[in-house]
Amino acid sequence: MGMTMSQKILAAHAGLKNVEPGQLIEADLDLVLGNDITAPVAVKEFERTGCKAVFDKNKVALVPDHFTPNKDIKAAEQCKLLREFARNMDVKNYFEVGEMGIEHCLIPEKGLAVPGDLIIGADSHTCTYGALGAFSTGVGSTDMAAGMATGKCWFKVPMAIKFVLRGKPQRWVSGKDVILYIIGMIGVAGALYKSMEFMGDGLGHLSMDDRFTMANMAIEAGAKNGIFMVDDQTLDYVKKHSTKPYKIYEPDSDAEYERVYEIDLSKIRPTVAFPHLPGNTRTIDDVGEVHVDQVVIGSCTNGRISDLRVAAGILKGRKVKKGIRCIVFPGTQNIYLEALKEGLITDLVESGAVVSTPTCGPCLGGHMGILAKGERAVSTTNRNFVGRMGHTESEVYLASPAVAAASAVTGKITDPGAL
Amino acid sequence: MKAKGKVFKYNDNVDTDVIIPARYLNTSDPKELASHCMEDIDKEFVKNVKQGDIIVAGKNFGCGSSREHAPIAIKASGVSCVIAANFARIFYRNSINIGLPILECEAAVNGIEAGDEAEVDFDSGVIRNLTRGTAFKAQAYPEFMKKIMAAQGLVNYIKAKDAKSEEKPYGL
Repeated sequence: MGMTMSQKILAAHAGLKNVEPGQLIEADLDLVLGNDITAPVAVKEFERTGCKAVFDKNKVALVPDHFTPNKDIKAAEQCKLLREFARNMDVKNYFEVGEMGIEHCLIPEKGLAVPGDLIIGADSHTCTYGALGAFSTGVGSTDMAAGMATGKCWFKVPMAIKFVLRGKPQRWVSGKDVILYIIGMIGVAGALYKSMEFMGDGLGHLSMDDRFTMANMAIEAGAKNGIFMVDDQTLDYVKKHSTKPYKIYEPDSDAEYERVYEIDLSKIRPTVAFPHLPGNTRTIDDVGEVHVDQVVIGSCTNGRISDLRVAAGILKGRKVKKGIRCIVFPGTQNIYLEALKEGLITDLVESGAVVSTPTCGPCLGGHMGILAKGERAVSTTNRNFVGRMGHTESEVYLASPAVAAASAVTGKITDPGAL
Repeated sequence: MKAKGKVFKYNDNVDTDVIIPARYLNTSDPKELASHCMEDIDKEFVKNVKQGDIIVAGKNFGCGSSREHAPIAIKASGVSCVIAANFARIFYRNSINIGLPILECEAAVNGIEAGDEAEVDFDSGVIRNLTRGTAFKAQAYPEFMKKIMAAQGLVNYIKAKDAKSEEKPYGL
């Protein structure tokens, strides 16, 4: 039987000619990733294995991004633990504050993920690197520890769902709207344990940043991984950022897909996920009057240069509505510098928005913009469960950078096309 | 191996943010995490839970983050087993990896209410509702997962194997 892209990558890394959905395999890893929250638990488990060294110093990446720059004493101690482990193990890809970024913006930029790679990360949004045609999935700290020790991970081979993308997105519609539309359609468990495989002639109308955003949120549909066909845009990105050897996998013509969805990109409207599920979506036309107290633009989902360009483009020459907090999080130092050079930071600050150093910050209710009881935020982040960004009686609405920026101007969730 | 205790019942999509909110993620100490277990969905849970008690929930239990702190908090709070209609995939493997027994059984979820006394036999997969006198059969673990659970987690299971041998660490 033919294999999907995901199955081919798993088979290749397990040294098998063929794999079938449901099959249990053990595979060799190209990268094992962790952050300041998940790595401390992993380090404890790693030490319990009795291993004296990580399996490959070049294939482990440690990025302190969640509660950094150190949020408080406890966070500082966790970061210190991570730092010392990286030093003791001579981990080549440890990124200190000053070099670090939000991990899922940073890793592709540093060329650590390329087509055909098999990557695990102790962070659920590790699925982001599927945008590059890699098999990339989130795991817990123990799997990370076992991965660092052995360079291997066990997997149950997933069945797949195919998404055929056609047409060109309307103005103001981006990868975020497409993935929110999809999650709204199939539900937060709609792709449970499955691969979401994206292909079609509409792919060319999605930038790499759009694809990173979409692959990033595959987990919000319960998927094991999200993966895109590799095209010239992918290869341009890879050649610009990496010297690692890569391999392109395409699905066999007789690959088995549980379901096939045809997605007409031109019909998708700006989409917003209402509290308290990423799948609770409405188009911008059905949002009604939703006043907000805070706008967050950034994160591993939408903290890339094109996201900042869109947001700054809307805010330029306009003002953040008085009383609203608009906080922007560029994903990496490079993105920050690029935004500086393009004048985007000036445009943002002059509009009344504030710009932070890269950090996950408020996305998970950490720091740098937490919500009080009764407060509402519209955010370009990826989850809006109860208490996600602060008080259990606060609300988070998920949206694209364009919708978020437009909302900062009016103080309520707004169609950027209507400004 | 058996589990027996009072049932705490929840609905679908119980996510990792309500199981262990991020504001408590600056520790990895199980006891500290346990003191905040289920805080944002059930403030009374930590006061009421006793050693051996069982969580029963709907679909997609543990969805959201990969934080292993979630099953760690649940295990450390004394919960002996989580029964759900189905589990989010990262939570599922995290639970196996730390030795928190979990079972998928939609029929059991429909047939057990909050406050019922339940009993689980992991070898047979049989779940009994002792309060109502009913029984259900859960989907069994694949073989190597049984070994990981018996070893009380993945790290112990790996340690038990010779790291230098040709044998695959996961016994596959």
